[in-house]
Amino acid sequence: MADYTAGPLRRYYAFYTAAFFIFIVVLAVLERFGLPPRWIGYSFLFLTIFLYATIGVLARTASVSEYYVAGRRVPAIFNGMATGADWMSAASFMGLAGTLYLSGYQGLAYVMGWTGGYVLVALLLAPYLRRFGQFTIPDFLAARYGGNPARLVGVFATVLASFVYVVAQIYGVGLITSRFVGLQFEIGVFVGLAGILVCSFLGGMRAVTWTQVAQYAILIVAYLVPVTILSYQVTGIPIPQLTYGLVLQKVQVLEERIFDDPAEVEARRIFRERADGYQQRILSLPESLDEERRRLVDQINDLKTSNAQMREVVALERERRDLPKSSEAARVYWDKLMRQAMQRGAEPEHHATPYPTAGGGEAAAAVSDTARLNFLSLVFCLMVGTAALPHVLMRYYTTPSVREARSSVVWSLLFILALYLTAPAYAVFAKYEIYSTLIGSSIAQLPVWVSAWGKIGLVSIEDVNGDGILQLVELALNPDVILLATPEIAGLPYVISGLVAAGALAAALSTADGLLLTIASALSHDVYYKIFRPNATTQWRLVVSKALLLVVAVLAASVASQKPATILAMVAWAFSLAGAAFFPALILGVFWKRANAAGAISGMVLGLLVTLYYMVRVQVDSIPWLGIQGIGMEPWFGIQSTSAGVWGVAVGFVTIIVVSLFGQPPSQETQDFVESVRYPEVDGS
Amino acid sequence: MRLGRKHRDYWRRNLKATAWLLTLWFVVSFVVSFFARELASVTFMGFPLGFYMGAQGAPLIYLAIIWWYARYMSQLDREYGVHEGED
Repeated sequence: MADYTAGPLRRYYAFYTAAFFIFIVVLAVLERFGLPPRWIGYSFLFLTIFLYATIGVLARTASVSEYYVAGRRVPAIFNGMATGADWMSAASFMGLAGTLYLSGYQGLAYVMGWTGGYVLVALLLAPYLRRFGQFTIPDFLAARYGGNPARLVGVFATVLASFVYVVAQIYGVGLITSRFVGLQFEIGVFVGLAGILVCSFLGGMRAVTWTQVAQYAILIVAYLVPVTILSYQVTGIPIPQLTYGLVLQKVQVLEERIFDDPAEVEARRIFRERADGYQQRILSLPESLDEERRRLVDQINDLKTSNAQMREVVALERERRDLPKSSEAARVYWDKLMRQAMQRGAEPEHHATPYPTAGGGEAAAAVSDTARLNFLSLVFCLMVGTAALPHVLMRYYTTPSVREARSSVVWSLLFILALYLTAPAYAVFAKYEIYSTLIGSSIAQLPVWVSAWGKIGLVSIEDVNGDGILQLVELALNPDVILLATPEIAGLPYVISGLVAAGALAAALSTADGLLLTIASALSHDVYYKIFRPNATTQWRLVVSKALLLVVAVLAASVASQKPATILAMVAWAFSLAGAAFFPALILGVFWKRANAAGAISGMVLGLLVTLYYMVRVQVDSIPWLGIQGIGMEPWFGIQSTSAGVWGVAVGFVTIIVVSLFGQPPSQETQDFVESVRYPEVDGS
Repeated sequence: MRLGRKHRDYWRRNLKATAWLLTLWFVVSFVVSFFARELASVTFMGFPLGFYMGAQGAPLIYLAIIWWYARYMSQLDREYGVHEGED
């Protein structure tokens, strides 16, 4: 590992990938001979974690430069691969295909946003940050905007955005371990945490880089294999990225048939009726709550006397227990149920239709325009967030030169595209399988995966119209499940499921590693070393960093075990936060010499505050543990909380420009600094 | 550092390339998506064109933009005799 020359490294990793393929084949053969699925799950999870731990231990280090920036000797292609793994998180790996499945064209905002952001990284940031050549993003802010205040704001934003992001990753790890190893979700979260720590704890950036390269290989193989097999099964050509256009046409034909099916229309009507029922109850609070409680009690008593099935009684008992205690809580609870029922009762949307118009007329056109505005602003937020997330930008400090930093971005995007160009294909193939085989079949004879995933609450089926046949609206899928269940949906051997789980784990672990390291470096390098103890010994700095890593990791795992939101939503918030805090200050820091410290600090703070304010008020109505209620508001122009960064970035740019113009221009020293970042040493100057 | 004419030249050409590429990026990302409804009637490789651009067209163009920028800047570096961190 000490030798960073590209030749031997390539040989190591080629050998390693081949060994991984052999391992898959061996397991596949063993499965034929009756190895139980649980053991396949165990072998994949523990073998891969063991592998990452080995690399982590081999690459352990006590040198500061190795710990924070891997000695700045990572060749462009490997840095590209590590960035790919760092970048593609549980959200990309698990959430993206599912979101594309559920929202069709609308989901493409994620594909565009997460790839287009690299244009901003490559053109506006990576080369300049590399030329600056320190350790963290707050380092840059401090150098450009006159010292510690800017650094502290940078640290705060780094920790906030990275923390939200890392919670999403650990949540993903919990999901995988609970399904494939049968651990309880909360325990799975902490087991995953151990896996994350073995990589980053000993070797810092150096260990993280080399495990991330290994994780990239596993995650991309795991992502491509199932969909390639599916493509071969459905179309006879094993290149899903090229063939799914044709499958999409088949899906469109199926959509026409299913959406207008009389049973389907009837089931949707029942959901709309239910929504009306909830609305009635909300309007007649608080009496309706007592009434509801009495009704359930009566029903339970009736069932008990009539010797009904025990299962039904238990279900009703649970419903009674879950009934909210106060009428305030009931309002929130029923409001949520009403929205869900309304959504399911609504006209379904066609997969490939951009900004769908339900029905016609002016109201529908307005809905469609709002959808378009949300699409464009989400694309914008994700792009800007990409170009501002510290754990990604930090990776461009690790290349040997500015030129390598530039070509490293090309490699990064190339490796990332391997997954992003495939995700929409995944969604289409999964949709085709579900529409053509599952919908319209008998509920009594559904495949095993439905109940397996139902146990963790990610798939639910309710025969609302009581005909014993599964209608499309009767099936509720959590987006995070599509990818993990695809091999089972397509009837592939269990070894492929295990492979996908290992890939998802690699994606979540690699990103979590990068993020935890970023948080720990921000706190240990920027706060402890640069602000409190400038003369701390290097050894002590690393000890502090490692201790902080542990604390942050445990905190994140505790938050994740509460299942706060879906993976994709949490990640989108992190992007909005990072984009609003960093993007304007970084860009203007390089391209506008006149930007001064006061402008940058106020811009970062205001941008962050506006984003947080919008996010909180649009997303939540009450925070029970703070005793705050009724803070929800109507979104401005209908823009969702995931795109809150649109406002934050705009406010950030305007504030920096206005405040800077009112204040003094920055000192000569700072202007020289900007020049040193912009201009290379050229011959003859 | 003292800035020579060569520095300014280098920076001006860098900015020009950056501006052009960013314009292309903007058109591909935002203008094309804005008209996705109108593009849906055109079919490309079995996809409605609007869908194709979001799913594959735009990401591939992004890759081309970054690749071209890296190549162009390496050429500029050679032309202006820049050696950074390569000794």
